[in-house]
This record gives sequence, structure tokens and C-alpha cells, in this order.
Amino acid sequence: MAEVNLRKVVKRYEDVEAVRGIDLDIADEEFVVLVGPSGCGKSTTLRMIAGLEDITDGDIMIGGDVVNDVPPKDRDIAMVFQNYALYPHMTVEENMSFGLRLKHYPKSEIKARVTEAARLLDITDLIDRKPKQLSGGQRQRVAMGRAIVRNPKVFLFDEPLSNLDAKLRVQMRIEIKKVHQKVRTTTVYVTHDQVEAMTLADRVVVMNKGRIEQMGTPNELYHNPATRFVAGFIGSPAMNFVPCRLEELDGKLNVRLTDRLAFPVPGQRAVRYHNIPRNEPLLMGIRPEHITEARPHDEPGVEAFDTVLDVTEPMGMETLVYFTLEGAQICGRVNPNWGARDGAPMRLAVDLNNMHLLNEASGVVLGRP
Amino acid sequence: MSTLAIDKSGPTRKVKYGSMRRSRAWALRWSYFFLIVFAIFSLTPPFYMLITSLKSSAEISAATNPWWVFHPTLSNYIELLGSNQYIRFFLNSAMVSVVVVIITMLISIPAAFALARMKFWGSAMLATGVFLTYLIPDSLLFLPLFKMFSFFSDWTGIPLVNHWYVLLLVYPTLTVPFCTWIMIGYFASIPKELDEAAIIDGASWLQTLTRIFIPVALPGLIAATIFAFTVSWAQFLYPLVFTTSTDQLVLPVGIVTTLIKGDVFNWGQIMTGALLGAAPPLIIYAFLMDYYIAGLTAGATKG
Repeated sequence: MAEVNLRKVVKRYEDVEAVRGIDLDIADEEFVVLVGPSGCGKSTTLRMIAGLEDITDGDIMIGGDVVNDVPPKDRDIAMVFQNYALYPHMTVEENMSFGLRLKHYPKSEIKARVTEAARLLDITDLIDRKPKQLSGGQRQRVAMGRAIVRNPKVFLFDEPLSNLDAKLRVQMRIEIKKVHQKVRTTTVYVTHDQVEAMTLADRVVVMNKGRIEQMGTPNELYHNPATRFVAGFIGSPAMNFVPCRLEELDGKLNVRLTDRLAFPVPGQRAVRYHNIPRNEPLLMGIRPEHITEARPHDEPGVEAFDTVLDVTEPMGMETLVYFTLEGAQICGRVNPNWGARDGAPMRLAVDLNNMHLLNEASGVVLGRP
Repeated sequence: MSTLAIDKSGPTRKVKYGSMRRSRAWALRWSYFFLIVFAIFSLTPPFYMLITSLKSSAEISAATNPWWVFHPTLSNYIELLGSNQYIRFFLNSAMVSVVVVIITMLISIPAAFALARMKFWGSAMLATGVFLTYLIPDSLLFLPLFKMFSFFSDWTGIPLVNHWYVLLLVYPTLTVPFCTWIMIGYFASIPKELDEAAIIDGASWLQTLTRIFIPVALPGLIAATIFAFTVSWAQFLYPLVFTTSTDQLVLPVGIVTTLIKGDVFNWGQIMTGALLGAAPPLIIYAFLMDYYIAGLTAGATKG
């Protein structure tokens, strides 16, 4: 059990800067997920924590000790790889005990630890099999078992579920969460899947182009993104962005989307936006679930408008509706019983209590609390 | 019986699969045709050797059908296996080949591991260089090597030329490059995560090599072993040049130099000796055939 600290960590490959000076403090027992598109530096960061990549600049600390020049085997970490990386010539038991055998643990201790990990992961029956006799999910359990028996200070997961099919991925996600609830080891988990990040993490770190865009709890990132990148990356379907302007009429703040369409900004949001310049081009960000069917008695801040739907996607529990506004395709989520049809006009309502305003050029979310 | 007949005349049997099936059948026929031609081509010499080895000298020189033996005799075998000289050649060959295989493996495996995994400056160039050395023919090398060995003997007083152990120095120049090359390809096909996992598990480079790479790449290792053994066993030019005393000769050279006396060819014994000499590689092939093929194909796609 240990905390992990990164101080201005930089990774440079010849002329490419993969990681551009990131600071990150991971508390003891915390489950942190690094998420971002491919090439954002998240895997490199993980591999630097593991010691598989050298650090160009900065410091990495595990349990308070600087480990920049400590080889991986002395960092007391365990890693689970995307392709499992099980030793193909060893049985499950041998795979799990390999690290302990190298460290000359007593046989009884090894046996006890392997048995316990196998029980925890429900692979007791597979203990004598070779990896090629296992399914993808079982292999991933063995890979986790290999990490658990070592009882390390830190678990590192490198996209462990990406090789599994969608159904199994959901199942293993829950499995990983359960394991972490029982074995409360500090965990750093890398994924490109924002759903995995949201569901697993105590804290999500969104990375982009070698930098940390934002970190926070899943809910913070979802409801209070700092940048357009985070707002667009977290959440599915993604947040809608519409060009807009702020107008002030008779002391009331309006957000104008088109010549004919403008909405009053609700009071608690208007307070945030008081020092944003008026009549400048901005972006309004609004999540699909905040564009719904218009109901007769909507709450304050929920404004109705008419539109013509381009496409509808019935999902069962809801129907996704798509329409065009100022050249931007907008997605909303409506009640499936409301009769949304392709090409049909529909009266929708937008919940401006959850709107975001962004600087069009920099993509920074304005007026964050 | 009747059910079989019904099955055969059933509707599924009448389905035509079109030209795909027919062209496949033709392809099969042609491949069998060529396989048979090649089999005959490569089995004729051993067959001729076997026939001749069973003949007496009188029958060989008599103008009877050379492809058949009318009075089979084991006298060639008895005479050869009873001669200390032949046994000596055999033992020399075995000794040289086994030690060369060991030396080759001791050099090639770590070399291939280093070239495949430890990315150091010039490692890619070195890997290509290793293979290029294999392309230099031995007929070009034996004179300079001879000069080197005699110079070394003059300088240190350790005799090399005309001792069987000089072959232990020479043969690895043939086997090490190729075996290293085979194994670079093989090691390179092992996913990088496997050694990373081993390193995180606490394995040193040496432990990663011995406990992960060697077991996983065993088919490739066996392919390399067979290659090294075959090359050592069958090598003719180097032992012919570097050894001359009869007690230092290996099998291929020994047969040729002792069983041909002037212009008298003792064909019966030559054939017997060659046939017996071909046995050890054959036996090794037979045992390791499956591994050998797996090793060759893996090396082919990656190397």
C-alpha cells in the first residue's frame, strides 16, 4: 500500500514529446484511471511508473521514495497487460507464482497466496491449465491473479479489457471493481474507454497530447468539465456544441443561438457569466440528456423550442433524436413514448440549468465555479 | 450396406460445388505428381547405396543389374563395423558435432536474445551483419583460416592443424551466424509484454532468457540445433583441409581417404560407410521432425 506521486514528469522520444510535464498525486488505496485518445501519453505515463520506460525529466515517487532509477522489480508494483502476457509454457498456478518463486518465498506461503488469489478470482478449477486452454476472460483473471499474489504497493493496468468482447468487458469491469474493494491496493488504470474510466475510477485523469486536461471524480468531470476536450470526451453520446452569443436585454442575460432562437440564461448560471464579454462568438455546450421532449409544465430554466428531426435512434429505454442547428448536429434524448419520428417536427426542451459556455478558440469552459 | 447406398445417392451428394472444387482437385493431382517425382529423385541415391552396400565386391564389378542385389551379404557391414578406424571416424564426427552444437547454442542463444531484445546502438546493423557472414562461402575462407591457425601455433606452441579439435573452432563460423539468425526471428516473435511481465515479476535478463525465452522458443531452438548438427556432421571441405592423420579424421573425409586406395574404389564399403554415416542425422530428424517444421515456418514468417 502506497501513494504514487508524479512531479513534472516528461518523456521525450528523440524529437517527440510524449508526456509534457505532468503532476499527479495518487492517494493510498485510490483507484485512478488515466483516460484519453490514443497517443495522449497515458500508456507512456503508466510504463514510466512501472519502470519500463525511462523518465526524461521530473520525479516519480512510490510510497514517498523517488524511484526514477529503481528497476521495475524493485519498485514493488504489479502490472496487468492488454494482451495478458501470460507465460504460455506455464500452468495458471506457475504463472501466478512465478514472481514469488523468483523471490524464493517458502513453498507453503506461495501455495497459500495462490490459493487465496484463485479463490478471489474464481479460477480455482483452472489452476492446472495452460493459458491456451483458457478463454480471454479467464486469461485476464489469471493475469490479475498474478498481480494480486505479489501483494504489491501498486497495481498497474494497461488497457486490460480492450481485447475482450463488449459483454465480457462489462462483466470484467465489475470484477475488477470487486477485487479492488477487497484488495485495497493503490491502482493506476489506463484505458481509452471513457465508460470504463467513469465506472471504475475514484478519480479520473483525462489526458490529451501529453498533458493532463483535467482530473476529478467521475461526476465532477461529467458535470463540470474544464475544457471542450473533456466535455466532448466524457459522456456518450457526446456533449453538443452550438455556436452562440451572450446578449443582455433590459438587464436580462440571453444566449442567442440563431437569429430566431435565443433562450434566457437561468439565474444561477447568469451569476457565473457576469464578466463574460457580450456579443462575442462563444460555444454553448449541452449534454443530450438535457435536450428532451417538451412537457406542459417545465421547470424554471427549461425552455421549449420547435425543430424538425433528421434522424431518430430508438434505444429502448430512450430514443436519441438528431437535428441540425446552425450547421451543428445536435443530439437529444427523449421519452420513447413521445412519438419521435425521422423527418417529423417535434417540440423539444433544453435544460439551461446544465448549460456550459466555452471560449470558441481555446475551448476553455467559461465561468466554472 | 443399404444405408450407405442411400447416403451416397442422397440429394446432398448431387450438389455441384463448381470449379473451385475441381481446380482444387487438379492442384492436388499436380502436387502429388511433383511430390512423387521429387521423392524418386531424392530417394534414388540412398536406394542405390543400400543395394550396393549389400553386394560383394565381385558382384559389384560383375556386369549384372546394378539396381538389384542377387546374392545379398552383410560382409561390408561386418568388416566396417569391425574396423577400429571406422569407429574412430564415427566417434570423431560425433564428438565434433555434439561439441559444436553446444558451442553454437552457447553463443547463438545469448547473441540472438541480445540482438532481438536489448536495443543498443547498432543492434539492427549487427543482426544483419551476422547473417552476411553466413553468405561468405567456406571455399573462400579455408586458406586464410589455415594461415591463421598455423600462425597461432607458431606463436603459442599450441598445435591446431591436424587435430580434430581445430574443427571446434572452425565449424561455429558456419553454424553460429545462421543459428543466431533463426533465433533472432524466433525471439522477435515473442510478444514484448512477456519479458516486461517477467521483469516486473522480478526476473533478471538471464532469468528472462532461461525461464521464459528458451522454453517459449523451444521449437526454434530445436530447429537451430538440428541445423548445427547437420552442418557439422556433413561438413567436408574444412576437415579435408585441416586434418590429415587418420586418427583425427571425421566420417565424411575418413570414408573418402581410407576406402579409396589409389585408383581402387572399395565401393561396397564406401556405400556402407556413407549409409551408416547418414543414420544419426536421420534419427535426430525423425525424433524432432514436428518441432523442426514448426521452427522453420515460424522463422520464415518473422525472420
